[in-house]
Amino acid sequence: MEGRSGLGVKGVAEGDGRGARGTVEARASEAPPAAPRREPEGVHTLEEAAAIAREAEAGVVQELTINLGPQHPSTHGVLRVIARLDGETVLGVQPDIGYLHRNWEKIVEGWMYPQIIPFADRNDYISSIFNEWLVCRAVEEGLGIELTERAEVLRTIFAELNRLISHAFWFGTYAMDIGAFTPFLYALRDREWAYDLFEKATGARQLYSYFRIGGLRNDVPDGWLRELADYLDYFEREAYPEYIRLLYTNEIFIARSEGVGVIPKEVALHFGATGPMLRASGVPYDVRRAEPYGAYPRCEFEIPVGERGDNLDRATVRVKEMRESVRIIRQCLSMLPEGEVLAPKTPRVLKVPEGDLYVRVESPRGELGLWLVSTGGLGPYRMKWRAPSFVNLQLLDYMCRGEKVADLIAGLGTIDIILGEVDR
Amino acid sequence: MPPAWAAPYVAPWVWTVVLALVKLVVVVAFVLLNATVLIWLERKVSGHMQNRVGPLRVGGPAGLLQSFADILKLLSKEDYAPRRGDRWMWALAPSVAFAPALLVFFVLPFGPHLVVQDLNVGLVFVTAVTSFTLLAIFMAGWGSDDKYSLIGAMRAGAQLFSYEIPMAMALVAVALATGTLDLVALVERQRAMWLIVPQFLAFLVFYVSSIAELNRTPFDLAEAESELVAGYHTEYSGLRWAIFFLAEYTNLLSSSILGALVFLGGWNGPWLPGWAWVIVKAYALIFVAMWIRWTLPRVRIDQLMDLGWKFLLPVSLVNIAVTGLWVAVRG
Repeated sequence: MEGRSGLGVKGVAEGDGRGARGTVEARASEAPPAAPRREPEGVHTLEEAAAIAREAEAGVVQELTINLGPQHPSTHGVLRVIARLDGETVLGVQPDIGYLHRNWEKIVEGWMYPQIIPFADRNDYISSIFNEWLVCRAVEEGLGIELTERAEVLRTIFAELNRLISHAFWFGTYAMDIGAFTPFLYALRDREWAYDLFEKATGARQLYSYFRIGGLRNDVPDGWLRELADYLDYFEREAYPEYIRLLYTNEIFIARSEGVGVIPKEVALHFGATGPMLRASGVPYDVRRAEPYGAYPRCEFEIPVGERGDNLDRATVRVKEMRESVRIIRQCLSMLPEGEVLAPKTPRVLKVPEGDLYVRVESPRGELGLWLVSTGGLGPYRMKWRAPSFVNLQLLDYMCRGEKVADLIAGLGTIDIILGEVDR
Repeated sequence: MPPAWAAPYVAPWVWTVVLALVKLVVVVAFVLLNATVLIWLERKVSGHMQNRVGPLRVGGPAGLLQSFADILKLLSKEDYAPRRGDRWMWALAPSVAFAPALLVFFVLPFGPHLVVQDLNVGLVFVTAVTSFTLLAIFMAGWGSDDKYSLIGAMRAGAQLFSYEIPMAMALVAVALATGTLDLVALVERQRAMWLIVPQFLAFLVFYVSSIAELNRTPFDLAEAESELVAGYHTEYSGLRWAIFFLAEYTNLLSSSILGALVFLGGWNGPWLPGWAWVIVKAYALIFVAMWIRWTLPRVRIDQLMDLGWKFLLPVSLVNIAVTGLWVAVRG
């Protein structure tokens, strides 16, 4: 483990047995077969569900097993949820994932680092800039590349702009989950301008492939920063107050969200939830604060925290985060220096020294982590993607027990999953 | 009986039959025309509320022919039926949904004499006939043998049953105040003052209940698309689905016309002819219903029940008591 000391290994303690090739299998394909999966209590396998259905037909039990998805209007992609119902009350749910599995982690093992960036975009396609940032940061940390000041600040600006987009989109879909269609189109209206900004700078609206190892592909065009400032003004003056009005003056919205899907602090921590899911339960954990990166150490911002951990708190936390994002971008704009956007000392051949490292960024959905194992080649030996939606999705069963069917959908909405990221 | 000029030429029974057929055709044409206009209007209203423009391209100014294009599309679809389930019940349900919706129009007056059948218990008839929608929804839910449909039908059953009662209670107060169940007489009594003024509570209960009866947001639990795909009509497509759709909009029209007649003074109004006033007032109520639909989220089933039994019913009972006292005191 020669290169390890110089790598700034984070997250993996020295000598805990997890390491590069030779110690423990980093690749699942090299590991011995895992122990048979134990089903969580109260949730049925498909065979059991079928048995229950047969019993129900014979009049033995009065339980209804319904299947939501993978083609269902409100599963936010191809997620399948098997729910057991007693009338309208949910007894237990089991999310069944994998319909969007693209074998991301295995495919990138054969690729060179710069090739991975566009493919990483496809993981969390609503906020893809965070995926790029993560891959770039991993390689940069491995190689010890120092970014220019301008690149760091611009990266932060783009990330926060993407967080705005993501949370606005979430706001719309959550409203749709609880039955209001109109807010969705208002959220899209606000998202559109931000997408235009992205398009002007990166050439793409959703999957940018804009960050490069060592900086950015290109500087922002002339007048772009001015337009960004206009957008922020618009967002703060018109869009944000509108979201607040929609949230806190609508009796039905409050009634549908308050006290529903409560996750206590301990449970959220126990399940390893991160992001707004965890913060809504009252834990002020944010990677931007816990392990600052980019331009965050120099920015002043608050971390909105909820109290009860219900749907309303999760909504509030996300809406408040939008305002904090605007604040961060404003500060970044004022501190943005002139200069190059690509670090001049970036090597032409990118070979991360042997060893492993863990980097993380705060995506709109939580802690997005990447465990990179290198054997010193042109590409990774292993890239383990810690997808926050995947971890947060496990809380669905806990949230929905004893609630109504409608709350199952609302709860799924407040987890804010992106199936591209869950399935990878 | 035929009038004097026709008496020598046609037998009385022929006249009766022909007259009935003409009335039937007129009512059906009126209903179908209004339904297409309503579907177009719903799209336009929702479009403009949602930062869009709604249909534009399909013929006519402002996409007026969109509904006809829709009908053509639905007609050309495959007549798909689920393999399982009760085939007869499933196939009959759309017609059962549409029949009561149509039936109501035979007693709704558009003027003192502009009515197909002036029943002296018109109010009771309308309330009774509209409850048959519940039967159709149950038939659809049961006949489909689909879990979503079944849950949707159960919800609809609970909902329609709970909201039928406050609605009837609101109309009882109206009957108490005016002393009549005849719709024509009821409108004539509103010459001096629309009933919405003294009976505002009743109007409120009636309107909320009618939105719930129509399965429109915020009370569209029976077909809640984010939960139950399409609720009781998940398994329907093509023409059968279109008939459900038609019934829904016909019910919207009839309950709005009823609201206009009972609470908004019917054909009483200056300048315009009487029937035009009825239509204008009904469309005003329809617009508000659309406004509500495209603004509010959906309530949950337990909240829906709470609203019906714990708020609307007590309010309407209090209203009946107050109205009764007022009538008794006034003599």
